[in-house]
Amino acid sequence: MNALWLPLLVALPAVMSLVVAISGRWPNLREGVSVATALALLAGIAGFIGDVTAGGRPSFTLFEILPGASLTFTLEPIGLLFAMIASGLWSLTTVYAAGYMRGNAEHAQTRFFVCFALAISAAIGIAFAGNLMTLFIFYEMLTLSTYPLVTHHGDAESRDGGRVYLGILLTTSIGFFLPAIVATWLLTGSITFTDGGLMAGSGLGALGAGLLYALFLYGTGKAALMPFHRWLPAAMVAPTPVSALLHAVAVVKAGVFIVLKLTVYVFGVDFLAETGASQPMMWIATITVLGASLIAMTKDNLKARLAYSTVSQLSYIVLGATMASSLGILGGSMHIAMHAFAKITLFFCAGAIYTATHRKNVSDLDGLGYAMPITFSAFFIASLSLIGIPPMGGIWSKWYLMEGAADAGHIAIILVLSLSSLLNIVYLLEIPTRAFFHNPRPDTPRNWQEAPWACVIPLSITAAGCIVWFLYPLPFTALLSPWAPQ
Amino acid sequence: MITQFLSQMPVLLVVLPLLAAPVCVIVHRAAPAWFIYALISWACFAIAFLLFVQVRIGGPISYILGGWPPPFGIELRLDALNMLVVLLVTGIAAIASIYARASIAAEIPRERAYLFYAALLLCLCGLLGISITGDAFNLFVFLEISSLSSYSLIAMGAKRRALLSAFQYLIMGTIGGTFLLIGIGFLYMMTGSLNMADIADRLPAVSDTRTVEAGLAFIVIGLSLKFALFPLHIWLPNAYTYAPSAVSAFIAATATKVAVYALIRFLFTVFGAAYAFGQLPLGEVLMVLAVVAMLSGSVAAIFQTDVKRLLAWSSVAQMGYIVLGLSMASATGLTAALAHIVNHGIIKGALFMAAGALFWRMRAISINDVAGLGRRMPLTAAAFVVAGLALIGVPATGGFISKWLLLEAVMEDAHYGLAAAILVSSLLSVIYIGRVVEALYFRDPADNDGKTAEAPVSMVAATWVLVGASVALGLYASPLVETAERAAAGLLGSGA
Repeated sequence: MNALWLPLLVALPAVMSLVVAISGRWPNLREGVSVATALALLAGIAGFIGDVTAGGRPSFTLFEILPGASLTFTLEPIGLLFAMIASGLWSLTTVYAAGYMRGNAEHAQTRFFVCFALAISAAIGIAFAGNLMTLFIFYEMLTLSTYPLVTHHGDAESRDGGRVYLGILLTTSIGFFLPAIVATWLLTGSITFTDGGLMAGSGLGALGAGLLYALFLYGTGKAALMPFHRWLPAAMVAPTPVSALLHAVAVVKAGVFIVLKLTVYVFGVDFLAETGASQPMMWIATITVLGASLIAMTKDNLKARLAYSTVSQLSYIVLGATMASSLGILGGSMHIAMHAFAKITLFFCAGAIYTATHRKNVSDLDGLGYAMPITFSAFFIASLSLIGIPPMGGIWSKWYLMEGAADAGHIAIILVLSLSSLLNIVYLLEIPTRAFFHNPRPDTPRNWQEAPWACVIPLSITAAGCIVWFLYPLPFTALLSPWAPQ
Repeated sequence: MITQFLSQMPVLLVVLPLLAAPVCVIVHRAAPAWFIYALISWACFAIAFLLFVQVRIGGPISYILGGWPPPFGIELRLDALNMLVVLLVTGIAAIASIYARASIAAEIPRERAYLFYAALLLCLCGLLGISITGDAFNLFVFLEISSLSSYSLIAMGAKRRALLSAFQYLIMGTIGGTFLLIGIGFLYMMTGSLNMADIADRLPAVSDTRTVEAGLAFIVIGLSLKFALFPLHIWLPNAYTYAPSAVSAFIAATATKVAVYALIRFLFTVFGAAYAFGQLPLGEVLMVLAVVAMLSGSVAAIFQTDVKRLLAWSSVAQMGYIVLGLSMASATGLTAALAHIVNHGIIKGALFMAAGALFWRMRAISINDVAGLGRRMPLTAAAFVVAGLALIGVPATGGFISKWLLLEAVMEDAHYGLAAAILVSSLLSVIYIGRVVEALYFRDPADNDGKTAEAPVSMVAATWVLVGASVALGLYASPLVETAERAAAGLLGSGA
């Protein structure tokens, strides 16, 4: 396909957000526009698969923002993968959100769907960004367009959550990411993503590269590395569809996607492996993997538990990047997809439970499985995928991550990943166990009481996705062939 | 005929507003006075644009007043640097003409409005005169014209405190003007010339004398008072707070910028970078003051309860960015300073205009007064948000471009501490802008009838023009940055 499509695809959701705004008075039309846009976007991105798999890197420059820094979109495999997941799951989330928002009679639904579309536009912009300037513009656009979604309820609690959200994301991006970009520009004279990275010939030593790498990774606050992870639990004040798509998929995956992209196209995997510059951040990521899992175990609020689980899982992907081996990149990139499907299912389930019963805490779910069998079965499947047990897709990404760790000689990482799986079992499987095996509270419904179909069908599809990707992981390895074992 | 008009354009920039001001007084009525102001400001903007293109194509223009050749007569000298400033001043003046009518009708008694427009025209005349003159003494004269008219403009504010603020500004401004005059006098004493280029030629021979050093000190301090460099800023918060809304927007966007321009002109064109920054430690002094201004201004802004005062303190901080850029005396530093002069002028103008629109609705502008207006005045509030983001320096806004250039300049010279100061100050601006935004959107309005009630279309439109300009300059900054780069190269070339 013609590379001119790249800016058009980025603009599509933003332009359609206007249509969504205009059609606000007819909710079915409004959601119909969103779903149609999402599917069109997905189809448009899919049109590039053949080209990119064959090694093509379609690129389109709109204009020069500053001398030397242009607004450029370039498509490469990881970005293509991320963009497809974001747009594909957006269509499902829109259906789900229609059920959820109407089921809970939320206010300002049109603003909600408009901001949603803008956020997707920003996420696609990040996925397609051809240089650090373009990336940074869409990164901040994503932060700002999701702020009204986080603070949707407009009360004191959401205002406080919004403060933490915006505070951390803007502080890290302006405080760390921006100077890191300027430093890259001054060091290498380029901010364009390049195969093999920019740093190799810059004369940067291990210490300098390590500092710059840390500046970039902490600057990417959306990757939620400790201690800058607090925004993610704070964002859980948002309505659940927001938590599902944005804070399990689009926003957080934009963060870890940027980590992968920086590792591959700015620093270069070989450069990092030679200098060991990414190792300090690798240990930060292991601390985050384990620390967030431990915190998740203490959370009774279901969404808070899932949020900390997300913090932990994101660092799997950061681990994949920081171990500086191509198998790690493969595993990390695949985990973007696997975690997206599993975690969105879990959040969909949490929202379905809330819509049907208005329960938010894990301890209130005893015996609820008989009233909501589809929801809790889906929850079970997605939990298994996160833990990494066959026959769920999550096994593949964990497999490649462990293989990459062995390849790079980090045996400790393999132990960390195994330990984390055990912790996942403890805090995730507790939920379906309670629902199916504990004695119900007296007020717990015994009869069929699922959420609206608009909620149940999307979560069934994403749960099914977890199984499909186990049986059929070939598209991922084909797309990510530059890093796949020969 | 047309060629004659074209060749006379530089002087028209000054003559048109100067002659139009008494006409405003003669017509004695608000509506025609406004019409004259609007006509003249747009005419000046058009002329400025034509001159900008002319300078861009043909290089600097020298216009000789009254047929007396320099260095004896007065010379108007137009180059890449001051055309940028002239374009900013006339542009803001033109957009302010759209804004002012409704805003002034609400804030100034109808029978005195014609005086307001007359004073505004004089102020415009003074600011343009400072920008284009090539004569040091002439610069002082225009500075006094703009200052005297701005004292009277500020004194027209609705509250009685406006009088006190104007008086305070008058005292400080007069001291500043006097210092500038003393400095120019010292230079005249040593060189026997008032033409800037001529002084620059003659200075190296006498530059080691105490008199020239003292002259430099007097000029720097006098002008620093005018653009409110820390710690000479105390007049600014009161003046901006109590002035009529249109005046706050106009003066915040232009007056301090023109004073900084004058400082740049003296330091780089007259004294030369090698003398001011190489022989004398002026760079270090300005750098320290700039950093203190950036941080203290931002911190002070956080604790304000009045939105206009908050914006005024933010201006103190933002002037720090500009001075930091020029204090490095490098090409990138100067480019950053010049770009931020334009960007901050537009952004702060937009913010004060939005604040003025909120004031128009509520007749008060403390943070409590604007609570809940996000729903009632959606367009104005949204303009404030976007302009606020530009002030913070979010990408795709003009403020980001300035910050990028400034970071590039300080990191190029390995001043990592300064880079940290810039970023900290940006993050502090998140807090004070955030306070207003939270009040706009998260609190309930004082009178809860829930209807939307926007400010007049003209005010909202003018605000959005500036907001749009800021976003456009953030997305497509190449023309601005290239002009600033050319101006910076010209300054350093002539100064070396």
